[in-house]
Amino acid sequence: MTFKCFIPRRAVIAGAIGLAASIAWGGSGFAQESIRLGLVAALSGQSAKSGEAITRGLSIAVEEINEAGGVLGRPLELIVRDDESNPGKGLLAARELVQREGVSAIFGGLDTPVSLAVVPFANQTQVPFVGVWAAGTAITRNGAEDNYVFRVSAVDALVGEALVDYMIDKYGTKKPGMILINNPWGESNEEALTHALEAKGLSSVGIEKFETSDVSVVPQLTRLKEAGAEVLFLVANVAPSAQVVQSLDSMGWDVPIVSHWGPAGGRFTELAGPNGARVHFIQTFLFRGEEDSPKAQALFAKLKEKYPEIKSVADVTPATGIANAYDAMHLTALAIANAGSTDGPAVRDGFYAIGKYDGLIKTYEKPFSPGNHDAIASKDYVFSHFVDGEIIPLDR
Amino acid sequence: MLLTSAVVTGLGLGAMYGLIALGFHVTYSVSNTVNFAQGSAVMVGAVLGFTFMVTLGWPFWMAVPVALAGCAIFGLVVERVLVRPFVERGSDAWLMATVAGGIVVDNIVLFTFGKEPRGLPSPLAQDSFDFMGTGVYPLQLIIPIVGLSIAVVLQIVARRTAAGKAMLAVVQNKEAARLMGINAKVVIASAFAISTVLAGVAGLLIAPLFSVHSDMGTLFGLKAFAVAILGGIGSASGVMLAGFAYGLVEALVTAYFGSTYTQIVVFSVIILALAAMPNGLLGRAAVNKV
Repeated sequence: MTFKCFIPRRAVIAGAIGLAASIAWGGSGFAQESIRLGLVAALSGQSAKSGEAITRGLSIAVEEINEAGGVLGRPLELIVRDDESNPGKGLLAARELVQREGVSAIFGGLDTPVSLAVVPFANQTQVPFVGVWAAGTAITRNGAEDNYVFRVSAVDALVGEALVDYMIDKYGTKKPGMILINNPWGESNEEALTHALEAKGLSSVGIEKFETSDVSVVPQLTRLKEAGAEVLFLVANVAPSAQVVQSLDSMGWDVPIVSHWGPAGGRFTELAGPNGARVHFIQTFLFRGEEDSPKAQALFAKLKEKYPEIKSVADVTPATGIANAYDAMHLTALAIANAGSTDGPAVRDGFYAIGKYDGLIKTYEKPFSPGNHDAIASKDYVFSHFVDGEIIPLDR
Repeated sequence: MLLTSAVVTGLGLGAMYGLIALGFHVTYSVSNTVNFAQGSAVMVGAVLGFTFMVTLGWPFWMAVPVALAGCAIFGLVVERVLVRPFVERGSDAWLMATVAGGIVVDNIVLFTFGKEPRGLPSPLAQDSFDFMGTGVYPLQLIIPIVGLSIAVVLQIVARRTAAGKAMLAVVQNKEAARLMGINAKVVIASAFAISTVLAGVAGLLIAPLFSVHSDMGTLFGLKAFAVAILGGIGSASGVMLAGFAYGLVEALVTAYFGSTYTQIVVFSVIILALAAMPNGLLGRAAVNKV
């Protein structure tokens, strides 16, 4: 029995040339299909700047990994979707990325409510979901028997402990009041701060909630003042945090503010005025100019080259988003390499198998285990404040 | 201190709600229609003010009138494109058309103005002073005064000037007014322009105390509509009174019971008030002659 070849000779020659070319290119020319990775984050609306920072961190890491030969001999490809800070839209985007685009892992954005909506879907479909910003405790500590959610970012439970320690160390007071945004992120932090205070035998003098749309927070702050608060714990994003500072200014109440990292996401100084400097907030990473590690200096040089609007460290706001995303992408690449495939359960075990990795934020030593899905510990947090639009580190 | 700060905050917010709600009153009185894009008009006023004063560096005296002229044009476009075509065909679809128009404008501003909230600095919201035991910005006291003054001027214009009388004539009987040489279309279009200018004034006043962004007016618009219904949408003084009442209740509930209960209590009070007075605080029942 003989087979007759119907492929034209010219096409055979062209194919042979193409194959030879791809072999000759070696590492830079990938013969195999790319490994697709998704990002679901706010790219529009008030949190848009956070989405931009995450995209930049992930993109530069993808470029580095691909220049070094990719993962499992395949290039990485990032597919980005806007969740508009809306949990429903975030879940829809995650579904589309997994079911239509066939992504091997999803990265998450700023908003805890969106991440919480994606978590059950990730666990059900066994697709790793890597948080790079949202700090809600329940995102990684979600109670699922088979947990596919990892995080390279702060965790509210640990932030609570860090804020309480900072209050005691820095201000020597034990009478805090809480002013929290009225959403799941605020609730997550109310619980974390209450537990952290209880662990020290303390309690808050009052807990007040406010809305993003509140023009004045004076009534809530007056209640805290009358209750005897000597320090305020603040948990809210940029614009509402600025509302708190403006309301304090109008009341003439000069009280120290110890904050989660909400103010870091945008033009805080412009919105809050110069007194925005009184808000001391946590970060996981800051660029420090000449004091930076060689890795941080190299990343900053790449950022300047790729995004011409970045001229100085002050233009990289918030650095936390870029750094978390950058390290998260490198750790995910290591997990896929450890897994030897893009199969969800294998990649999940690949995260557990990561040993030592010299990252941007720190040197990670076995960052993940079945009992710990958070790579960054509270000792890694840095306290900082805004001065003239630039985030400056603070010493305790 | 708790009471004073709550009253100052409540009066300021109340004046804002009252001004925006007066816009609903003006168009409803003249044409039995309202512009549900009023919240967007608040935002347009603030965004134009920011663009002229901060981005382009225009002086205050030039930026404010041009920003308000922009708001007036927005009102005229809403009336001509989103209201009149439907009313002429006897359709109530202007309800949805104005809601949709507001969403379109909010999104256009999102893409053109930018995604980040911006701060509009004002010398009236920089240094606070002591007022009856609590610190306040001068702007916080100016807002209720401006709100009340505009309401009074509007009332005088409506009752004492030829333009106001023409407006009232159209309210009473559109056809009869037309026979008397009054151009009803112009009067109705003017009402929409006045309504969006009122919202624009509110936007410009509130911007230094808040932040300027594309969806800043949405909740103001919603609350102002509640205020308009509570006051009796046909009564200017009722609407302004309801604005102050709403702002005060909101601030007092937050101050004395905590912010967790604010919306529950405020909207429960509105439901109870409307159950007791279905036509609003100072509204009159519509008379259907058969």
